[in-house]
Amino acid sequence: MNKKIGRQSYKFGKRICIRDTRSIAGPVESQGPLNSYFHETFEDDLLGQDSFEKAEHQMCLRNILSLLETNQLNETDIDIYIGGDLLNQIITTNLTARDLKIPYWGLYNACSTFVEAIQAAAVLLDGDFINRAVISTASHFSTAERQYRFPLELGTQSPPSAQRTVTGSGAMILEKSCLEGPFVTHMTIGKVMDFGQSDPNDMGSAMAIAACDTIMTHLEDLDVSAEDYDLIVTGDLGEVGYNITKDFLKKKGVNIENKYKDCGMLVYDIINQDVMCGGSGAGCSSTVFTSYFYNKLKSKELNKILLVATGALLSPISTGQKENIPCIAHAVTIENSK
Amino acid sequence: MESNKKNIKDYQEVVKKNKPTPNKSHLYMSFIVGGIICMIGQFINNFFSRRGFSMLEAANMTSIVMVFLGSLLTGLGLYDNIGKKAGAGSIVPITGFANSIVSSAMEFQKEGYIFGMAANMFKIAGPVIVFGVTSSSVVGLIYFILTR
Repeated sequence: MNKKIGRQSYKFGKRICIRDTRSIAGPVESQGPLNSYFHETFEDDLLGQDSFEKAEHQMCLRNILSLLETNQLNETDIDIYIGGDLLNQIITTNLTARDLKIPYWGLYNACSTFVEAIQAAAVLLDGDFINRAVISTASHFSTAERQYRFPLELGTQSPPSAQRTVTGSGAMILEKSCLEGPFVTHMTIGKVMDFGQSDPNDMGSAMAIAACDTIMTHLEDLDVSAEDYDLIVTGDLGEVGYNITKDFLKKKGVNIENKYKDCGMLVYDIINQDVMCGGSGAGCSSTVFTSYFYNKLKSKELNKILLVATGALLSPISTGQKENIPCIAHAVTIENSK
Repeated sequence: MESNKKNIKDYQEVVKKNKPTPNKSHLYMSFIVGGIICMIGQFINNFFSRRGFSMLEAANMTSIVMVFLGSLLTGLGLYDNIGKKAGAGSIVPITGFANSIVSSAMEFQKEGYIFGMAANMFKIAGPVIVFGVTSSSVVGLIYFILTR
């Protein structure tokens, strides 16, 4: 059976399901509207460690260990761990993999890594290479600030188009031949898009085109319309990117207005919290999906969603050398019936 | 989607339409906070002048006190909160210069005192020093030639 449909999309033959998820979120995130959905929250953003990098590692590890424990699984029951984060050489995930001692693939596609990891795990499951995978992504406000911007205590002002990196991590266990969903049924692998945006303080404007391209390609490849989904969810476009995606798709004849949400806008209370135009980071889509959307899928409030995680693949060096921001968006269809 | 001229133009139009404008109130906050910092500086300057220090001495001592205050507020974790509201109002005065050095020192201290803190302390303040020294050398040279 040919699994490829159209230019960039694929249909999985096996019943690949999400067995369970777990999310952990930091102090600002737990003051936001999704507080009751997170599995664990913490107040001390150092998590008792002596640096934020170490805190991010502990956060990611703790989340996965708790997920395995609640499912009564050992590390040896997991065939592969796939994940990524935002730090140089994806060090958070590397250190987590060292501690887990599970065979490991580290991925980097910035904030879209979460869906990239779901895709990689689903391909391995569908190809009968493995029976069970655990995936995770993480990000931490304080480590990302240092990596991409300025020291924390520097008195700078962010423009209204900037976004706050989510402190949090989301993990999930993927299996095959399950009786119960939600199932991962289709995927669309994104292309890197560059429509001339170069402002690192406005990544929504840069990433929106990647989201538009992936959504349009997905609908075209599978010959479906937005009406076939309960919701289309983007990863971390923020308010600016959200509006651009909505308007630009409309201009191109695709109306998703009533079926469209963005994890970066859901994770914070944009009006009352000091977060500029929303959340971002590799942990943004993963914490929101593993808590809020997984809950809605399980309770059958939502039955079919298209999860489109967006990533700005810039580096501080490329920005310094006046390169535009290359952006990508990967999509998976997650539905309750198969 | 093809990245042809029409699509890029259409996209850039949508981006332009959705670009948020900076909050005007920042302008007033910057003016007020910058003004307050300068007033404190003037107050300290007057204090030293009245105690019999020369103008140059008083100015030097004012700079020292202001740098200390900027560093202290940074160490206490307050200066970044001021900067968030005041923007250039708290970046431009000498307290902002102190903030840029102390914040970098604090950030990189975790990687050790030599290759972490000391090596990265002037990461942000560096350009100010480079162009400050360069421009004062040029001005000094012109002054030297004109007054010979």
